[in-house]
Amino acid sequence: MSLNYVKFTPGFDTFMPKEYRDMVEHGPFGKKTTVSQMGSFKEILEEHPMCAGCAMTLFIRLAIIAFPNPEDTITVGTAGCGRLAISQAAIPFVYGNYGDQNGVASGLSRGLRIRFGDKHKDVVVMAGDGGTADIGFQQVLHSWFRKERFTTIMLDNEVYGNTGGQESGMTTRGAVLKMAPLGKKFEKMDMVAMAKIAGCAYIATVVPNNPRRVESCIKKAVLIAREVGPTYIQAYTSCNIEYAIPTDQVMEDAKTVEDDRYKFAEYVSEDAKAYLAERYGYKEFIQKPVAAVATA
Amino acid sequence: MDSTAIIGTTNKKGQVITDPRVMMNDAPRTPSFFTGSEVIKEAVRRANVDVMVAYPITPQSEAAALCGELFAEGYIGDYFRGESEFAVMSQCAGAAFGGARVFTTTAGPGTMRAMENFPMWAGSRLPIQCIVTCRGINSPLSIQPDTIEIAYLMNTGMLVWHAETAQDFYDWILKGYMVSEEPDVHLPLALCCDGFFVTHTKDVVDLTPVDMCLPPYDPYRSPVPCMDMECPPVRMMRDPFVMKSNYISYATHASWQQEVWAAAERSRKHTIAWLNGLIETEDVDADILIVSSGTAVSQGREAIRLLADEGIRVGLVKIKTLRPWPEEELLEATKHASHIIVPEFNVIGWLAKEIKATIPNSKRVVAGPRVCGGMTLPPEVIVEEVKKAIGIRSGVLAGRGG
Repeated sequence: MSLNYVKFTPGFDTFMPKEYRDMVEHGPFGKKTTVSQMGSFKEILEEHPMCAGCAMTLFIRLAIIAFPNPEDTITVGTAGCGRLAISQAAIPFVYGNYGDQNGVASGLSRGLRIRFGDKHKDVVVMAGDGGTADIGFQQVLHSWFRKERFTTIMLDNEVYGNTGGQESGMTTRGAVLKMAPLGKKFEKMDMVAMAKIAGCAYIATVVPNNPRRVESCIKKAVLIAREVGPTYIQAYTSCNIEYAIPTDQVMEDAKTVEDDRYKFAEYVSEDAKAYLAERYGYKEFIQKPVAAVATA
Repeated sequence: MDSTAIIGTTNKKGQVITDPRVMMNDAPRTPSFFTGSEVIKEAVRRANVDVMVAYPITPQSEAAALCGELFAEGYIGDYFRGESEFAVMSQCAGAAFGGARVFTTTAGPGTMRAMENFPMWAGSRLPIQCIVTCRGINSPLSIQPDTIEIAYLMNTGMLVWHAETAQDFYDWILKGYMVSEEPDVHLPLALCCDGFFVTHTKDVVDLTPVDMCLPPYDPYRSPVPCMDMECPPVRMMRDPFVMKSNYISYATHASWQQEVWAAAERSRKHTIAWLNGLIETEDVDADILIVSSGTAVSQGREAIRLLADEGIRVGLVKIKTLRPWPEEELLEATKHASHIIVPEFNVIGWLAKEIKATIPNSKRVVAGPRVCGGMTLPPEVIVEEVKKAIGIRSGVLAGRGG
């Protein structure tokens, strides 16, 4: 974006809503803000209609803070709880149809590349487990196989929360939910393995308990997607309503789930490592010089 | 962007960006012998298209693949094959949200599979052009010509035009972008033709010069913000009214739907100028009229010639645009007619229903002859319908019963 518009038209500043003035004066556009500064700047997403104690909302806030260039980022999503928060943010949110977020993002990313050439416009999909693994499955997998260059983030609360608590493909086996009255009959879908098979250049599983880790993963995923290939982040973002988690125990639950089925794991392809090292100076991926082979 | 400033400059293929009116109305035309599919390719070559997404389904596969050749030649910015029609139309939406001029093609079951997208396109004000080469959608499977899918498209909020010939197709693809990208319209266009009859037959089509092309799409001439983060970051909703059950929510949705349909209405003035009217008429003082759209119009012309040989005078109304619907034009054109024959290539007779709902004394409308499932519509069948309507007994055609 031209940062020009995140300022007041002369003479209009006093007439703009407080929220807009805060965004101009204390917002993150054009600045480097981090999760550790939360509370000291105007976030792109603040007000939202989500339930009290919603871990998904915390994760979405962290993710948006982590966007390397919010002033050139467009989010895409589909039906689900997450959409209700993301659509409140001060960056565009594209909603197409049910489960077609990765198709929309494919077209959006390509259209923006044609129009803006080398200037990066980051496209980030944030959709739920139902939107990603069930109704959107075909378009998600195909976008990865086609090596579409954008980031897909699954907000996995292991249930259809927005429609009132139905089983999804990401629900764990045995869980009793609506539409699974006898308990879910099959295992939680292994979308991480599928992302790997489909050729994602970066894959990570995270929980919202560790904001710095979330920030680090999101940043890498968005940067890699600019040029290397598709990236995938799967985040456990519990539904405290449908799983009856007391609000003061939401973080504890996330820790338990992290230890059980959401252990932190990160896959970075060799191309992605080289790209992060060369382009963005990631020290941990700088190739150590290979020791000279002794010659006889 | 000042759109007049780029007139006379060249695009990356060296085509001269030309004032569309000059290109379509004044530039010399070269007669060329092409199939309908090839004509689609030639129109797209001159349309400055940014993104095309393709998927195979008969009878549009050839046109969709030929556009791939255009991409390989560098006339289209980006091109790929999607994984289903629903996905293709979503991908088209994404590219249009990002400010690209988008083209795609589909047919029959593909149109139905993609259907969720069409009202979304219209509601999102995406001026995507989708060619629909109509075919059957019934079970058991049929790939044959049948226009029933148009009945569904007419209720999506899209502009819907129905081409009769390959020449219509060529001109309307180019003119279609000019109408649907107008700021007071900004709606998707379903440009329909009858599959095979138009796509797979060869015809002489007068083409505009290959070194001229339309001006590129300017996404900032849009009534809604382009999702490219170059416009101010619009916070779409203070409180998401999507799920709410309250008056403000209902009123917001209701007024937007009305605005989408109002935009289609506003396309009239542009469409009339570009297509020289929403309908075309011949001899509408006659007591009998054939009113139709698509290739049924061509068959109607033949029937009129046969009837003239027998001394029966019949006029013709060709409906070019179904959305916007040419209500005033039809009222005027049919005011003298006692018998209005509406031949169609579908089982339900959607066009006859629309006409009956428009004109006074709808008993004048004969909802037929109708063929479907790939049957052809011989002019003799229309002739017989006309004679039946005016009480002339004629020899029963084979297979038509007593």
